[in-house]
Amino acid sequence: MKKIFTLITFSFLLLILINNSVLADNKISKVDSISKNLRCLICQGQSVYDSQSEFAISVKDLIKKKIEEGNSDNDIYEYLKNKYGDWIMYEPELDKKTLLLWILPLILFVFGGLLIFKKAFINYNKNV
Amino acid sequence: MKFKKLNLVLILLITILVFFALYLGMKKQNLYTTDHIVNKKMPNLISTELFTGEETNLSELVAKEKFTILNIWASWCAPCRSEHKHLITLSSNNNSKIVGLNYKDKIENAKSFISELGNPYDHILLDKKGFISIDIGAYGVPETYVIDNTNNKIIKKYLGPIDEFILEEIINILNS
Repeated sequence: MKKIFTLITFSFLLLILINNSVLADNKISKVDSISKNLRCLICQGQSVYDSQSEFAISVKDLIKKKIEEGNSDNDIYEYLKNKYGDWIMYEPELDKKTLLLWILPLILFVFGGLLIFKKAFINYNKNV
Repeated sequence: MKFKKLNLVLILLITILVFFALYLGMKKQNLYTTDHIVNKKMPNLISTELFTGEETNLSELVAKEKFTILNIWASWCAPCRSEHKHLITLSSNNNSKIVGLNYKDKIENAKSFISELGNPYDHILLDKKGFISIDIGAYGVPETYVIDNTNNKIIKKYLGPIDEFILEEIINILNS
């Protein structure tokens, strides 16, 4: 009986430990993924994730705190954009200013594809 | 022949589009500016006072004055030393209160910095983790905000240390 009780207690503790470690890992990876998409404003060329500046450390701590408070990734991005403007984001959002930036590669891709297709089609017709 | 003409027009259009996009990119300034902060409401700061250790609310501290100068500083920040004399000059202005936000510093170091260089601040609040600075859109030290207390709006933000030119500009704002 004592052995069974010890076993149950041990399993229970192990479960809590594993659960806590998984949750902690998830939190860290979430902080990492968010901070990778943020520009470090005092060390340009580096993301908040890469930087060890006081600013970047504070932002990472704040992201962790906001995750613990139940904020979503989007809430955190919106909060930081509100404080520092769109410049803090590495990946620009689709809006009037960035429309060309987003659609230009698509246009080039479609146009290039059409050219290749046409060329291949003409070659095929010639061979036939 | 018709296809060739169409191709030519398309290539020309896309080339113009690419050059237009590159031109827009070149025109865009690739530096962080503080323009988006100007005219924004100042968040209400609640923090511990350096000397009294009491929890203090910024809006209550500065309610009577027309302007607030909020200066973010730290004892470990070299440019903060160079701007300190200008803050001392500003402290004699009657239209404003100067509030210092001590950024990620050791309390004893902050106190000895003030006792060594003088205290231009009416109040000094602590930002131990840097969260308050983020909340007001700051990213380093020193930074200085000029806040209009009548509508609680930020009217000017300066990145880096205050120099003679900035000092003059701030004095002009305070006397306006």
